[in-house]
Amino acid sequence: MSAIAHHIPEEMIAGYVAGTLPPAFEMVVAAHVSMCDDCRAALEAHETLAGAALEATSAELPIEGDLLARVMDRLDEAPVQAAPVPRMDIYPGPIAAALGNQPPRWRSAGGGVRQQILFEDGKGSVRLLYIPGGMAVPDHGHRGIELTMVLSGAFSDETGQFRVGDVEVANEDLEHTPTADAGAPCICLAATDARLRFNSILPRLAQPFLRI
Amino acid sequence: MRPRFRGTCAATRKGRANLAEVQNTDRTEQIEWMLAVRDQRDRASFARLFGFYAPRIKGMLMRSGVPAAAAEDIVQDVMLAVWHKAAQFDPARSQVSGWIYKIARNRQIDIARKAQRPLPEEIETQTRPEEDPGHLLAFEQEAGQLKEALSRLSPEQRDLIVRAYVGDLTHREIQTETGLPMGTIKSRIRLGLDRLRHELKDLRN
Repeated sequence: MSAIAHHIPEEMIAGYVAGTLPPAFEMVVAAHVSMCDDCRAALEAHETLAGAALEATSAELPIEGDLLARVMDRLDEAPVQAAPVPRMDIYPGPIAAALGNQPPRWRSAGGGVRQQILFEDGKGSVRLLYIPGGMAVPDHGHRGIELTMVLSGAFSDETGQFRVGDVEVANEDLEHTPTADAGAPCICLAATDARLRFNSILPRLAQPFLRI
Repeated sequence: MRPRFRGTCAATRKGRANLAEVQNTDRTEQIEWMLAVRDQRDRASFARLFGFYAPRIKGMLMRSGVPAAAAEDIVQDVMLAVWHKAAQFDPARSQVSGWIYKIARNRQIDIARKAQRPLPEEIETQTRPEEDPGHLLAFEQEAGQLKEALSRLSPEQRDLIVRAYVGDLTHREIQTETGLPMGTIKSRIRLGLDRLRHELKDLRN
């Protein structure tokens, strides 16, 4: 596999760790981190900082006296642990989990393009797109930010070429026409959400000194 | 009557003011507790981890708007997961605090959404960290530098970072506080994270 050239923005990784990212984007972060050592390192670095922040908080809130005893009583219970879902074909674990470990059930989206929606909540969505070689990637919403991650094949637009593992981040201002490269079809994970505006505290604070 | 657990170590009583001390004493102590839980299934060490983390996790959840009773339910789930997933704890890759933070956030989000949060695939680290003390030591030093850098911030700046990860900030706070100069720790944190990154990559080789 060729090296990944286009990564998840660090502020989104910080947002994933802090739990402030919309669900649609969490899927893309989890999928990309599954394939990208650099972004996994960034994620774990933010977890380390988050843990330091947790340690730095005071323990003023009382815990009910018998909570420890109740937890101790349950230590011998059999744990309910969902096994992590491994990669399935071209689909990283978190996507395989969303697919229920079944191949996508593609539906036509017109012009030879097929799709399967994985998640939708009124504000955001994540879908898989299947774009035949040479075809334009359909517009999946320009209200807010749009993330497109390549799982198979490649697409290109005015900003460059995106290959397996690469993520393109687009907002309303980006006028672009992504097109699947000629040849094999391009399969992408595409997420959009109207909520994220890059105005959380983390981006501004973290970006200057946490960028790796 | 059962004891109330409100923190069992010195740093807990002193609260957030003395982060440097947390770094110097509790970090080593916490790793010992965690490894005793992982390797000996030691319940006394587990109770100590509970004493330190249960109130802090509860605080973090309540800052995110979770009511007290629901927060204690999640604390219970999180601490049980700490016990059951202890075998996965790798001290050459995670601090106890970061590892528990991740479990707590994941659980909080799963409960709020009534669905499993998308999680990255787990990667296996091939050598046990005990067999490679160099990684363990290097990671410890880097994480220590990170905490030291955090502790050297002004209280206002530190509080901002803490709340960014542990609590929610209001829009007014975002508007008025983002202009703070953060440059003084820039190079030190970058260095720490850069090394962290390489440690992690080396672990996979």
